[in-house]
Amino acid sequence: MTLPVSKSIAPDEGSYNFAYLDEQTKRMIRRAILKGIAIPGYQVPFASREMPMPYGWGTGGVQVTAAILGADDTLKVIDQGSDDTTNAVAIRGFFEKTAGVATTTSTEDASIIQTRHRIPEMALNSNQILVFQVPIPEPLRFLEPRETETRKMHALEEYGLMHVKLYEDIAKNGHIATTYAYPVEVNGRYVMDPSPTPKFDNPKIDNMEALQLYGAGREKRIYAIPPYTKVKSLDFDDYPFEVQSFDKPCGLCNAEGVYLDEVILDDKGGRMFVCSDSDHCEERRANGHLGPMAADPAATLLSGGTQEKGQ
Amino acid sequence: MYVAVKGGEKAIRNAHKLLAKRRRGDTSVPSLTVDQIAEQLALSVARVMCEGSLYDEGLAALAIKQARGDLIEAAFLIRAYRTTLPRFGYSETLDTAKMLIERRISATYKDLPGGQLLGPTFDYSHRLLDFAMAAENEGALDAVESETPLNEGMPRVTDLLSDEGLMEADPLPEASDAVGDLTREPLSFPADRDLRLQNLARGDEGFLLSLAYSSQRGYARTHPFTGEIRYGEVEVEFFAEELGFNVKLGAIKVTECQMVNQFSGSAKSPPKFTRGYGLVFGQVERKAMAMSMVDRALRWEELGEEQTAPVQDTEFVLSHSDNIQATGFVEHLKLPHYVDFQAELDLVRRMRAEWFAARDQQDPYAQTDLETGKEAAE
Repeated sequence: MTLPVSKSIAPDEGSYNFAYLDEQTKRMIRRAILKGIAIPGYQVPFASREMPMPYGWGTGGVQVTAAILGADDTLKVIDQGSDDTTNAVAIRGFFEKTAGVATTTSTEDASIIQTRHRIPEMALNSNQILVFQVPIPEPLRFLEPRETETRKMHALEEYGLMHVKLYEDIAKNGHIATTYAYPVEVNGRYVMDPSPTPKFDNPKIDNMEALQLYGAGREKRIYAIPPYTKVKSLDFDDYPFEVQSFDKPCGLCNAEGVYLDEVILDDKGGRMFVCSDSDHCEERRANGHLGPMAADPAATLLSGGTQEKGQ
Repeated sequence: MYVAVKGGEKAIRNAHKLLAKRRRGDTSVPSLTVDQIAEQLALSVARVMCEGSLYDEGLAALAIKQARGDLIEAAFLIRAYRTTLPRFGYSETLDTAKMLIERRISATYKDLPGGQLLGPTFDYSHRLLDFAMAAENEGALDAVESETPLNEGMPRVTDLLSDEGLMEADPLPEASDAVGDLTREPLSFPADRDLRLQNLARGDEGFLLSLAYSSQRGYARTHPFTGEIRYGEVEVEFFAEELGFNVKLGAIKVTECQMVNQFSGSAKSPPKFTRGYGLVFGQVERKAMAMSMVDRALRWEELGEEQTAPVQDTEFVLSHSDNIQATGFVEHLKLPHYVDFQAELDLVRRMRAEWFAARDQQDPYAQTDLETGKEAAE
């Protein structure tokens, strides 16, 4: 420390590779992805890197996206179904800055969609890839905290514990009390956690045309569901799997059969339900669909984003 | 979809501007220089280098400044930078017996070859706030007296004991053994000692401190004695394939701790002293000591001991020691979770309706205030 230390910071220390990760790291991640595709639903360990955003904030999804992203891709990033949530904005900005790729909020125009907690309402096609951010990849984790045990259980296809858990739900509550991160069986073999998407989205995973890649950065696992793969939500013959349903349509765009967010309007119990998928909702409104609350002053405030866009 | 998250882009931009302003603080107070941090907050710098897992005092000081003094945030900045650096290979094993000693103490021997050397330490200082330091001008510092010039080589205490067979020998790794590296391969269990030590060296000081403390209080007692703590400068050498010999890359400051533990023997091994090992960048003595105690506790299986406490649980300790991972996952709860919360709202409403229906069926006269969920006075 005899030299002034600031001199040790070289001027070239501020440049990064395309999409941040170096090419060797991307190759390592692509190998893990290929292995994941070859064994649908199997959690492939990979040497997850430290990323410039915190663990738990999408580092797995970001690494998968960085590894598959090409200069001609169009990227969409959503969180809770919306392009405007703060973390989605931050991740989209990260790839705009480090890769300079085109970004979009339109589900249709995107070639890669990175998501947290939702699957877009619109059906995806075979030219698209859906990248999930996964916090805890292990579906058995909350039944058995030890990785050494759960890996063995997967190897032996020993999923009795999971069925017992679902059975106990029914015995205690009369129905299965898992509402998100609802376990699925992939291609008749591995039980998989579809990341904390609401179970409403589980049917979309089954036989999807698009490739699904799941990245868990902190837990260092990647898994995949190739296009057109059979994915079954776990259930019993007498207690078949069912998704949430809402008794009202979206207050803004009148959509039915979509996932809705509950918005509290005042402190007197005033509430409205609106689409969680913001792009889907905006597109419907642009096409003239109006919900029962669309004219409500509160709703005008809520759809502020659309008005900005229209101007 | 709702207003709180609309316009996220603008909110983020403004938040960052405000952060920059708060980081700088009152502009009538001079800005800290990176050199000042490196020179005067050297122990913070050392901790950031340790947990950031990169030896660079300048960058660590910069990270501390950028992180407003939040050391975990600073270590995170260093980790995120470190991950982009190319890797040329692995250095030769450090020879800490050749350390240029600044501090060396042993709690197991009154005197020993090479002598005891207190060096720069808070030990034996009275923890009284020094108000003179608050004055602008600290003035010249007293000269330091040193009685004997230091020997170049200072044998490690554990080497002194080993000839009697009392002390377990260092396991000698085969030259062909690959170096475990959890930054290149995901950690898997069971984890060998090289990986365990790497994990602990990067681990959170507070977490290791508490685990070590728990072992002193009876949760897996390991009877530790401080065999030796030494702090100083060691040279790092790299074997250059093209040249066929070792090249000196430079010197780094490290703290090494060898904890000596009484061991009453087992079916596998006669009674002797066993060791726990700690090595960290810079003068981070508390961490080096805690690391050596946790390392020793994690060796229960190899020594045929019983597993009774959290500190011995390899998977538990190694999976939760990294504060960059821990802080990320704990703090990610700040991110919106309203999609999943909606699903839970729906479920809890349904379960409550069922609960009230079931109760009313049992006792049709029970009255319930559904608004608040409170039961009427019975």
